[in-house]
Amino acid sequence: MAVSTSIRPSRAAALFGLIYRPEVRRAVYQVVLLAALAFVAVWVVNNVAENLRRQNIASGFDFLGRTSGFDVSQSLIEYSNVSTYGRAFWVGLLNTLLVAALGIVAATVIGFVVGIARLSSNWLIARLATAYVEIVRNLPLLLQLFFWYFAVLKGLPSPRQSYALPGGAYFNVRGLYLPAPVPQPGFEAVAIAFAVGLLLAVALWWWARRRQALTGQRFPVLWTSLLAVVGLPLAAFLVAGNPIGLEYPELKGFNFQGGIAVLPELMALLLGLSIYTASFIAEIVRAGILGVPKGQTEAAQALGLSKGLTLRLVVIPQAARIIIPPLTSQYLNLTKNSSLAVAIGYPDFVSVFTGTVLNQTGQAVEVILITMGVFLTLSLVTSLFMNWFNRRMALVER
Amino acid sequence: MTHLARGALLAAAVLVAMPSAASAQQKTLDAVKQRGQLVCGVHTGLAGFGAADDKGVWAGLDVDYCKATAAAVLGDANKIRYVPTTPKERFTALQSRELDLLARSTTWTASRDSSMGFSFAGVNYYDGQGFMVKKSANIKSAKELAGATVCVQTGTTTELNLADFFRTNNLQYKPVVFEKVDEAVRAYATDRCDAYTTDASGLYSVRLQLAKPDDHIVLPDIISKEPLGPLVRQDDFQWFTIVKWVHFALLNAEELGVTQANVDQMLGSANPEIKRLLGKEGEFGKGLGLDNDWAYRIVKQVGNYGEVFERNVGAGSRLKIDRGLNRLWTKGGLQYAPPIR
Repeated sequence: MAVSTSIRPSRAAALFGLIYRPEVRRAVYQVVLLAALAFVAVWVVNNVAENLRRQNIASGFDFLGRTSGFDVSQSLIEYSNVSTYGRAFWVGLLNTLLVAALGIVAATVIGFVVGIARLSSNWLIARLATAYVEIVRNLPLLLQLFFWYFAVLKGLPSPRQSYALPGGAYFNVRGLYLPAPVPQPGFEAVAIAFAVGLLLAVALWWWARRRQALTGQRFPVLWTSLLAVVGLPLAAFLVAGNPIGLEYPELKGFNFQGGIAVLPELMALLLGLSIYTASFIAEIVRAGILGVPKGQTEAAQALGLSKGLTLRLVVIPQAARIIIPPLTSQYLNLTKNSSLAVAIGYPDFVSVFTGTVLNQTGQAVEVILITMGVFLTLSLVTSLFMNWFNRRMALVER
Repeated sequence: MTHLARGALLAAAVLVAMPSAASAQQKTLDAVKQRGQLVCGVHTGLAGFGAADDKGVWAGLDVDYCKATAAAVLGDANKIRYVPTTPKERFTALQSRELDLLARSTTWTASRDSSMGFSFAGVNYYDGQGFMVKKSANIKSAKELAGATVCVQTGTTTELNLADFFRTNNLQYKPVVFEKVDEAVRAYATDRCDAYTTDASGLYSVRLQLAKPDDHIVLPDIISKEPLGPLVRQDDFQWFTIVKWVHFALLNAEELGVTQANVDQMLGSANPEIKRLLGKEGEFGKGLGLDNDWAYRIVKQVGNYGEVFERNVGAGSRLKIDRGLNRLWTKGGLQYAPPIR
């Protein structure tokens, strides 16, 4: 007894000491939390499966391989009502990506212009920009979408009274019909010339940078690379003898057939999303520019830099550091807001997949899970890219 | 985003609501009685079938089925909470136990009756899908719609029938799919679409809401079978039987000539069939888990099927739809109810 008591305390103390070590405690907490989470996850999955079975509701992801039986008004890939639900998933996803990508570009351009206009010394321009921002960002987006959609529809003529635009394009209430380019034999040469021009431009840019670093001499990179990227394919195009045919839209029966149709739903959605998001981006841009101390501009002017160079080399790089993180949130918002499309009949992902597919199959749990997965992936990819971009732009402290 | 959020919320409701259902498996009948209120899923607004007026009072053929069920189960046709649902939301709402009953001109189909876990209690309106076009388009038949743009509401059998019809007839078309009927109709009215398609009953209702109803015609072609009816979840047989017999009681009352006006005199009728219907003979209500006055209350508070039809969509309404297939079997229609005995 006496022997054991003399040993025990030291062991117990060692064990006790272990508990007091922060890294051990941290690990234990993590393991416990993880186990609890895993338990909850397993319980939810089992519970859902059990209840779906009890209610005789089909479950599983087999439905993705079944024939969909419905049509979609706009599809970037081959799709018809004999395609599968899985294919409908891609149709919807691509439509969402299309509107998100176009919307992000448009919103950024409008946002930068308006943001800079708000800082203009011209009274009228500055006030107009302020009015734009204050009106647009304070109205609900759904309302604006309806406004644009029905404004677009109301203002346009029926197919028979279409506006004929130069170059064989037509504009009416059913959409904007553009001639579609059809590559003819010999078009490969143009594509190759474009690729070569692109490579040449990159090489030129790299070489000019090196030369300036070594000798301080500058080279007109912009003009020469533009010549390479545009001039080369243009030359190839002329040499090959116009290897692009055009398919013109034609009025047949109710509608125009052939060519590229830009649906009014897409136009309204793009207008609504980019104008709305641009009002937020404008404020971000203004904040970014105002965030650069005035001393920086003054110092640049003191060094003799021109106004344009001051903006390009001093103000914008510093403003960008302030602008990029909140800009990322706006891009994510725009992508997620595109799911309002269903209200105005644009076949986006939520409309096609979370709408029609969910309804035809009745498999709410699976469809919503996939939908959440898709939006999560889209958002994460966007923020990963923007984070990378931000790191590149960030001030490197020495 | 709101639509996504709503969908997610419903899915979450499926996840969360189910455990309680699994552990207790409370009967819908008991739940309704305990609550003292029937939660009934209805249309967001389709005149004649389910629509609220400017005072928020609901009326329509489907709404009367909610009322008849409430009258039978709770004794009061007004103890109802109406939940307006879009076609897209309706099934998830019923699956997740948000509703006791869905009476929302829903088409009875194989998948809804099987893999989606529902049971249809009967057909309260035999319908078929049709097209509405502008008179100025000069079209006489749906087969002339080659190349047309068609406005349609999402989440309906309509969307699939439309695809089938054009595929069978080898015609091209473009669908424009909306979530709400209002936007679909507005797009049709602004000439975005050449035609608007839904069940024929809905077309008549929508036509009346247009600025100039006479500028639009409903084409004679019926391209599908649309048996519309009230539905419940598959996992509660007792509740399913009750809703089914509410429908049969409405039909039997009409067949026996029992109306809202004469039901009190009919209590003294010598006809054994009427006696059984109104609970003067036999224990038929008890068998359903209700009391024997159940059908009396339905007729007293709501009327019989014929009255419900005429009041909401027939001659007594603005829609003036011919009863057609919805006549009783004795008058050359399809409406037929098993006897109460």
